[in-house]
Amino acid sequence: MTTEVSRPTSRRAPRQQIGLIEWLRKNLFSTWYNVIITVVLLYIVTQATLNFVSWMVTAPGWTAAFTNIKLLLTWTYPVDQLWRPQAAMALVLVLLGLSSGLWDGIVRMVAWGAAAISVILGLAAFTFPDLPGQTSLPGWLFMFLCAILLVGGDLLARRVGKRLRWPLIIAWLLSYPAVILILRGGLGLPVVETKLWGGLMLTLILAISGIVLSFPLGVLLALGRRSSLPVIRIFCVLYIELIRGVPLVTVLFMGALLLPLFIPGGESIDALVRATIAVTLFSAAYLAENVRGGLQAIPKGQVEAARALGLNVFQTTLLITLPQALRAVVPVLVGQFIALFKDTSLVVIIGLVDLLGAAQNIVGQPQWLGTPGGVWRETFLVIAAIYWVFSFTMSRVSKRIEDQIARSRH
Amino acid sequence: MAAGSPPVSSGKTAIPFYRDTRIIAIIAQVVFAAVVVALLWFLYSNMINGLRQANLLPTFAFLSVPAGFPIAESVIEYAPSMTYGRAFIVGILNTVRVAGIGIILATLLGLILGIARLSDNWLLRNVALVYVEIVRNVPLLLQLLFWFSLTRLFPRIQESISVGDLIFLHNRGITLAWPQAGNDFEAWMLWVYSGIAIGTIFYVVRRIQFARRDRPGVALPYAFLIAAGVALIGFFVTYAVNGVWPVSLSVPELQRFNFVGGITVTNSFAALLTGLVIYTAVFIGEIVRSGILAVSKGQREAARALGLTPGQTMRLVILPQALRVIIPPLTSQYLNLTKNSSLAIAIAYPDLFYVASTINNQTGQAVPVILMLMASYLSVSLLTSLFMNWYNRRIQLVER
Repeated sequence: MTTEVSRPTSRRAPRQQIGLIEWLRKNLFSTWYNVIITVVLLYIVTQATLNFVSWMVTAPGWTAAFTNIKLLLTWTYPVDQLWRPQAAMALVLVLLGLSSGLWDGIVRMVAWGAAAISVILGLAAFTFPDLPGQTSLPGWLFMFLCAILLVGGDLLARRVGKRLRWPLIIAWLLSYPAVILILRGGLGLPVVETKLWGGLMLTLILAISGIVLSFPLGVLLALGRRSSLPVIRIFCVLYIELIRGVPLVTVLFMGALLLPLFIPGGESIDALVRATIAVTLFSAAYLAENVRGGLQAIPKGQVEAARALGLNVFQTTLLITLPQALRAVVPVLVGQFIALFKDTSLVVIIGLVDLLGAAQNIVGQPQWLGTPGGVWRETFLVIAAIYWVFSFTMSRVSKRIEDQIARSRH
Repeated sequence: MAAGSPPVSSGKTAIPFYRDTRIIAIIAQVVFAAVVVALLWFLYSNMINGLRQANLLPTFAFLSVPAGFPIAESVIEYAPSMTYGRAFIVGILNTVRVAGIGIILATLLGLILGIARLSDNWLLRNVALVYVEIVRNVPLLLQLLFWFSLTRLFPRIQESISVGDLIFLHNRGITLAWPQAGNDFEAWMLWVYSGIAIGTIFYVVRRIQFARRDRPGVALPYAFLIAAGVALIGFFVTYAVNGVWPVSLSVPELQRFNFVGGITVTNSFAALLTGLVIYTAVFIGEIVRSGILAVSKGQREAARALGLTPGQTMRLVILPQALRVIIPPLTSQYLNLTKNSSLAIAIAYPDLFYVASTINNQTGQAVPVILMLMASYLSVSLLTSLFMNWYNRRIQLVER
C-alpha cells in the first residue's frame, strides 16, 4: 500500500471579500477612461466640498433664518395663539403613535423615525430664543413632547389592541376638520384669520388638503373615465386632460380670479380657500390618472368572479376593485403627495406666504441690507433643507411600501 | 294561458323599465348631463351678472388696443405701441423658445445622467446619485429663485466675469460668442438647400426600392449624411472661392458701455433655462436609467455571444429596445418642462403666463385672458404629445 492515491488537492473557496486595493481597481480604475473620470471627479468633488464647507463656516447670514424661525414655521400666526399649531400637531402625532402600535410595519417605521427627529430637533431647539410673551410651550419642550406622544401612543395601542381599530379610523377621518378647527378657531376659540397663516404650516396644510380633499373627486373621476356610459366617460376625460394640459399656476390664477366671479358674493371667499379649491381641482386630475392605473392592473377575472357571485356594479366596485386598486397605488399617491408638497410653493405667485414666501420676505428684511451679497443663500439653503428632509423621507417610505407590495404579490 | 288573462301577470314576467340596465344607463347619463349643464349655467350666469354690474363684459376687443407696456425680450419685433394681441404672441414665442432649448439641453444632460447612474465607476455613479437626490427633493420654484439670485451677484458690465473669453457674465445678462452669417452666407445656403433636396430625393428613391423589393432597409440616416456632406463641401468651396467663411464665430468684445458681437441673453432667461434644465434632467435621467435596466440581461449577453462589440450592443440591441420604454414617460417630462416654464413669472422672464397676467392686470378682462392662456398651453401640450406619439409609433415593435 505504497501507492498514494492522488487525491485532489483541496483548494480554498475563492475569497468572498476583496481587499481595498482590489476594490479600488475594480470600481474606480478599471479602464483608462475610468481613471480619467475618477481623477477629474475626485478633484471637482474635493474642491466643491472644501469650498462649500468653508463658505458654510464663514457665511454671515445664518442668523437671518434662525432668528426668524417663527416666521418660517407659522408666519404671522399670533404669538399668543401659538399653542394652537402645537396642539394640532400633537393631535396628529398621537394618532400616528396609536396607529404605529396597532398596524406595525411601515407605520411604526414612520412613527419612530418622527420621534427620533423630534428628539434631535428638541436638542437643537435649546439654542433658539423663546418668543416674547409666548403662551405656547418652548420649542425644545414641545419637540420632546412630540416624541413622548409618538412613543406613548405606540405603547398604549399595543396594550389596548385590536379594539382600537375602528375608533382610530374614525379619529383619523375627523382629524382633518379638527386640525382646521383648532387653527382657524370658532366654537369658543378666538378666530385667527387665514391671512395670518403661513410658513411651513401653510405648506403642509395646502399639500394635505390637496390630497385629502381631491381623493374622493379623483376616485370618482377615475371610475368615470372607465365607465361604459359615454357621456360620463367623455366628461371625465375632458376634465382630466384639460387640467393636466395646463400648468398649476394657471389653475391657481383661475381660482384667484374666476372663483369670485362664479359664486355670488365670492369676493368674500378668502385667498387660502381659493388656493385650496384650485389645488384640489388640479390634484384630482392627477390622482384620477394614478387610480386609473391601479384599476387597470386588476385582472378581469376579479370583476367577472364578483359578478358571478351576484354582486351588483356598486358592490363590485366598492368591495372588489377599488380596495385592490387603492392598495396598489399607495406608493404612487405618496409620490403625488411629495410633488404636491413641493408644488404648493407656487402659491407665492398668487400672494400667499408659504415656507418659500416666508423665506423671500426674510431675505428682503431691511436689517440684512448691510450683509454683503445678502442673506438669501443661507436662508434658501435652510428652507431647501426643510423641503428636502420632508420629501426625501416620504420618497423612502413610498419605496418601502412599494417593495412590500411587490413582495406580497409573490 | 287563456287569451283573456289579466294584464297584471304579463307585467310580472316582463322586466319593469326601472330595472332595465339599458334604460337606467340612458337615464343616468341624461341626469348627469343635465346636472353638469345646470351647474355650468349657474356659474356662467353668475359670472355674466357680476361682470355686467362691474361693466366688464368679456370681449376680445382689447386685443387690438395698444398694450402700452414694455417686454424685456422678444423673438419678434415688439414695442409698447403694439397691440395686446401682439404682446400675447410675444409671450407664446418666449415660452416656446425657453421650452424648446430647455427640452434639448435637458435631454442631453438627462442622457448623461442616466448613463452615469449605471456606470461601473463607483465615484461617477454616486456623484450622479447625490445630484439626483438633491435636485428632485427641492421645489423647482426655490431652485429658480436661487439661480436668479445668483445672477444678481454678477458685476457691472465693465467688470464682467469672463469664461475663456467666449462667455461673459454681467448684471445685464450673459453674452456668448455666437455663429454669425458672413458675406457669402446666401451663396452657401444654396448648397445647403441643394443638399437637402438631394437627400430627400435619395430617401424617396430608396423607400420606393424597399417597397418594390418588399424588404426593410435603412434610408433616413444616409439621407441626413448626404445632405450634411453636400452642405459641408459647399462650406469649404465657398471659402476657397471667396476666401471668407460663410459662417464665423462672432466673439463679443467689450466697448465702452456694452458688448459688440456675440449674443446677449437676459439673466432671467439664463436662470430660467438653467433651473428648468437641471431639474428636468434629473427626471429624464431616471427614465433613461430605468429604460436601459428594463432591457433584459439576456439580450446583452446574446448580443455579446453573437460577437457584437459593446458599442454595437448598445447601439443596435439595447438602445432600440430601451427607447420603447423611454419615449412615453419622456413625453410627459417634456410637457412638464413646458408647463413649468410658467414659473418664469417669479423671476420676471416675460413668458406666456407673465404677459397674460400683465394683460389681465391692465385690462381686467380675466375671462378672455384665461381662456386664451389655457388654449395656448393646451395647444402647445397637444402639439408636443402628437409629435411624440408619432415618434413613439415609429419606433414601436411592429408585430404581425
